[in-house]
Amino acid sequence: MTEQPIPASPVEADLEFMKALQDKGPQKPPRSQWRDVWDQFRKHKGALFGGSFLIFITLAVIFGPYIWDIDAKKLDIRNKDWRPIYTLLWDGDAKAGWIHPFGTDQLGRDILAQMLFGGRVSMAVGWMAMALALIIGTAIGVLSGFFKRMDFWLMRFTDLILSLPILPLVLLAVTLFGQPLRSQFGPEGGMFILIVSVISLTSWMQTARIVRGDILALKEREFILAARSIGTTPGKIIRRHLLPNVISPIMVSATLGLATAIITESALSFLGVGFPSDFPTWGKQLADAVDRMQEFPERVMLPGIAISLTVLAVNYLGDGLRDALDPRIRGR
Amino acid sequence: MLTFTIRRLLLSIPTLLFISLVIFLLLQLAPGDPMAQVPLTVPPEVKEKMREALGLGQPIHIQYWKWLVQVFWIEPQVFIDYLTNRSTLFGWLPDTALSEGKLRVISWQTRSPVMDIVIQRMPQTLWVVGLAYIVGIVIAIPIGIYSAYRHYSVFDQAGTFITMVGFSIPPFFTGPLLIVIFSVTLGWLPSIYDTTHVVNDWASFKVQFMQMIMPVMVLALQTTAQISRYMRGAMLDNLNQDYVRTARAKGLKESVVVMVHVLRNSMIPVVTIIALGMPAIFGGAIITENVFKVNGIGQLLLTALRANDLPMVMTLTFIFAVLIVLFNLIADILYGLLDPRIRYD
Repeated sequence: MTEQPIPASPVEADLEFMKALQDKGPQKPPRSQWRDVWDQFRKHKGALFGGSFLIFITLAVIFGPYIWDIDAKKLDIRNKDWRPIYTLLWDGDAKAGWIHPFGTDQLGRDILAQMLFGGRVSMAVGWMAMALALIIGTAIGVLSGFFKRMDFWLMRFTDLILSLPILPLVLLAVTLFGQPLRSQFGPEGGMFILIVSVISLTSWMQTARIVRGDILALKEREFILAARSIGTTPGKIIRRHLLPNVISPIMVSATLGLATAIITESALSFLGVGFPSDFPTWGKQLADAVDRMQEFPERVMLPGIAISLTVLAVNYLGDGLRDALDPRIRGR
Repeated sequence: MLTFTIRRLLLSIPTLLFISLVIFLLLQLAPGDPMAQVPLTVPPEVKEKMREALGLGQPIHIQYWKWLVQVFWIEPQVFIDYLTNRSTLFGWLPDTALSEGKLRVISWQTRSPVMDIVIQRMPQTLWVVGLAYIVGIVIAIPIGIYSAYRHYSVFDQAGTFITMVGFSIPPFFTGPLLIVIFSVTLGWLPSIYDTTHVVNDWASFKVQFMQMIMPVMVLALQTTAQISRYMRGAMLDNLNQDYVRTARAKGLKESVVVMVHVLRNSMIPVVTIIALGMPAIFGGAIITENVFKVNGIGQLLLTALRANDLPMVMTLTFIFAVLIVLFNLIADILYGLLDPRIRYD
């Protein structure tokens, strides 16, 4: 007997009740999780702006130098100190024109080309450092959360690194180790490797902590027990079952990491310990322009705005992602 | 609570030792040569003697041990000597002269004790950084409270946007930006912080006040952005709790409900964030000091790095580390004291 027999004389109220329980409209097609995330993300205007600006600036610095193909390092001393094109609006005699839309600097280098090239460096440092920090942080977090034996020591290690003074140490490392790496990999390559590794080695700790916490909670769930009971190896459990479930905190800390990496790189360039002096980055352009900002305020403003807008966009993106990926907020 | 504090204090000793070892090894591995500034005409055997005079001839572990002894044993003795000898508070005690003839950590740049220079530079940094932090907190907390109370209002939206912007603009951009606006264009404020300025009357106080505005505001912007976000989040978490409804149902005034019941509970995480953020703002001061030419400890670190002055760099970085460990400890203890739900024992 699989079905309960229907009562011979159902009460009126019961019928009403059963009717109310039935679906009136047609059933909605099932929705995937990522579709929900996207719908929630779209509601956050700032995040949408941030995401599109980040894509725009990344594409601009990747392809921009091919379209605006003036060499950023080429000196043209006869055409030095051009003003940006918009100065023509209020000053018809200003030295400005469409050949150099953002003007030229005191050595006649085109500022637009410098901005594009410098942005390429800053964004490359940011993305690389962020990716490296994520890999280190996730690895340590997963190992620490999943394997009980390593947990204590790995977390003590993370705490120790967290109590290191980051900015002084980064300054120290970049100043002291710049020379040998330069001779090994060339002035730009060496500095790039050094800055990326220093930034990523000092910014993985938050990711590790968050990932560890999530793994600890997930490890006790039934689906992990089920996976274990059919003989899945720990490596496979981590790759198949745990990593996909911690992807959202990792994405959120990725945006934070990108923002701090861009700011740290610019701060290093600003303090004059970063890339070599003829190699334009946003921070270095800003630092070089500070001495003559009375006459040429735009040279401070343009790279400064570029850094700030990029970081703002990344932060908004992170905000939106956090809301969109949090199932408690989603759908409200 | 007391046992927890003692345990944490004891635990911070190996932490600090480890950090000092990391910094020391980093400096040892670095290829910079302190003799690089010495003229080439100096013969190599003389250079070797100079190197030994700086203590560089010794093996690494002995150098490290000597640094430890100098910082943890001799410097406190110097401090006690100072207390019993010159300070007004303990000057009546007999002069101890503990550190007589003992070698302190000597800077390679100036050949004078590192600690003396640090103590000379400290007040400038503390004034600018400390005041900036206080100003930042004083601005941030009301903003956070009001934006949470009027959630999704125009004020909240504008406040969230402004804090996000303040969060994103780095201090090395806000600094020059403020200089362009207020020093160059308007000519209201001086662009350089004059540390030799002495305050002795109203007019000189006014000058001091004017020159502090910009560095303090630049640093305070970062603090404000961060803390008001936390404050808003904490208030939002608490405003929907049951005890708030109970308080309102009892007929308490709205101001009492928000400013006493909700605020006190929301301050718990914010206070720890304030304590934890303190070392970071010292780090941020490195950049701000550079922009406004304040000769504080951040600027000292930069010049020492450029001059390859290893004892100075070592000691300064270690001071930053001590600050971080100290404020982490303070944050943990405060959290335990303020929140009765947290039990460490």
